[in-house]
Amino acid sequence: MTVSPAPAEALLEEAQEPRRQRVSRGTSGARAHGLAAITAVYLLWSLVPVAVVVLFSFNAGRSRSTWQGFSLRWYTWDPDGSVINDESIRNALTHTVLLAVIATAITVPLGVLFALALDRWRGRLPAGANFLALITFVIPEIALAIGLLFMVTYLATPFGLGTTAQIIGLVTFQLAYPIVICRARLLTISAHYEEAARDLGATALGAVRRVILPMLFPAILVSAILVFADVLDNFVIVRYLSSDASTETTSMRIYQVARAAPTPALNAMATIILVVSTLVIVVGWLLYRSWSKRQGDSTNLSSFAGNL
Amino acid sequence: MPDRTSRFIWPILGLPGMVWIALFFLVPLYVVFCVTFGTVDPIFRSPVPAWNPLEWRFEQVLVVWDRLVGPNNFYLPPVLRTLLYVVVAVVACMIIAFPVAYFTARYAGQHRALILALLVAPFWISYMMRMLAWINLLQPDGLVNFMITLGGIIPLNVNWLSGNPFTVVMGLIYGYVPYMLLPLFAALDRISPSLIEAGRDLGASGFELFRRVILPMSVPGIVAGTLLIALPMMGDYFTSDMLSKSPSTSMIGNLINLSIGTPGQSGQAGALLILVLLVLLAPMIWYTRSNVKSEVRS
Repeated sequence: MTVSPAPAEALLEEAQEPRRQRVSRGTSGARAHGLAAITAVYLLWSLVPVAVVVLFSFNAGRSRSTWQGFSLRWYTWDPDGSVINDESIRNALTHTVLLAVIATAITVPLGVLFALALDRWRGRLPAGANFLALITFVIPEIALAIGLLFMVTYLATPFGLGTTAQIIGLVTFQLAYPIVICRARLLTISAHYEEAARDLGATALGAVRRVILPMLFPAILVSAILVFADVLDNFVIVRYLSSDASTETTSMRIYQVARAAPTPALNAMATIILVVSTLVIVVGWLLYRSWSKRQGDSTNLSSFAGNL
Repeated sequence: MPDRTSRFIWPILGLPGMVWIALFFLVPLYVVFCVTFGTVDPIFRSPVPAWNPLEWRFEQVLVVWDRLVGPNNFYLPPVLRTLLYVVVAVVACMIIAFPVAYFTARYAGQHRALILALLVAPFWISYMMRMLAWINLLQPDGLVNFMITLGGIIPLNVNWLSGNPFTVVMGLIYGYVPYMLLPLFAALDRISPSLIEAGRDLGASGFELFRRVILPMSVPGIVAGTLLIALPMMGDYFTSDMLSKSPSTSMIGNLINLSIGTPGQSGQAGALLILVLLVLLAPMIWYTRSNVKSEVRS
């Protein structure tokens, strides 16, 4: 395995300074092995506990720490506790996915339009709005959640706590993702494209729709994936803005029962959400790749991950 | 030539987003102030928000202030504990993230895409699921105790999950380290290998190279990562709730969460929240401004 990033560079070095090269290759090789070991340990520490959760969702017994054989009972047939038979788990799963779908469907168009506007519209008002949007990105989530909770509780809002409030909170919290990602992409799209379209007779709106939006596709895709996956995992906002058991999500469910000796059905529920978000990412990656192929861009997993 | 429609098209496109942010970000923040600086109904113990800033009272802030620095300052330990936990967790995250990010940026070679994907993976795993993972592992009869007692041979029964500060800090590190890793990786990845070669050619030892080239150039990543994990940790209550559920490890977030759940204490929750926001205001604005600036520069 070579450790040098550029083979040509390494060859050049070797030709110029063979002895020194050998020394530095030796030490940097040892360093690379040390760093590789740290990285491997880190990845194990980071991922194995989650793998154990997934594994024990298939446990044949009630224990979440002693393996009693493989079974699908916590997904399917267990009469009172499985994902299919426990209404609260089923409800949490559907509500979580419902929130993710609706919140993504609102957040992404709203954020893309906002990013388009900010790209061309100069002045104090848009600059201030941009600043506020970025603040929602770094403000502790609990502040947004409590603000909306108080607003719904003490102001006569046309909606109460529950699904609507949860979606409003989620959209507000996620709005910065499409804004930041699309603005970064817009900066690389030169205004010439739009001008050319206008010269060819397109209206301003037509130029946006037929020239700019298609070029924004990867940014829109990546922000949609990010928002979707992030909403699936949200806890603070959905909890404070929930009304009753019918608006409970999977993360709230884990928070409620994780310490109270639950069955592996809880693991099964968490696993299902993990599968859903993995599927969304895989589908997104395939879409991204086919788009890049059509554009003739060279692409790979790391450019996708880098975009994420 | 820009006609009339093109002059108005951008403000029209931006309007929905701006209205949204005003309605659901600015108004809620204002309501927090009104509730905090309002009064409490003496009979029903329900908060009475003061909508007019001229009528704002500071009774509830004084209650919180008294609990922080007064003679019966039972709010102070959680506040100090939060600062301690956050500092320890941030430093630990740096120590963990640096070698991993450096390896991925510089030595990962053909495995780079895979390693990067694995580093990003925790983003797609629910935070609660990751905490659940540790609850499972750290149970009295869980895998961790099984391993440190060598399968029950050594009579050592560590109680991890109630009031153990070590577990809570470990949970914070585990939960937030991926958010430190990515900005750090981005910064380290920008260092050109030829710069390091140049340093080496000029006679720098490995340590000097680290101290005088790599570390200074990774500062933006370290700063971004620190803010990205420290800001949310200041409002975190669920890590302590999940892994400890004990007042002895409660943080500011837990104080806020408990006040929210107690009738008549909404104003105090608001006061605590405003206190946290005041402390975080400077770093938040600084971070946002530096982002805006880098946007303009690129």
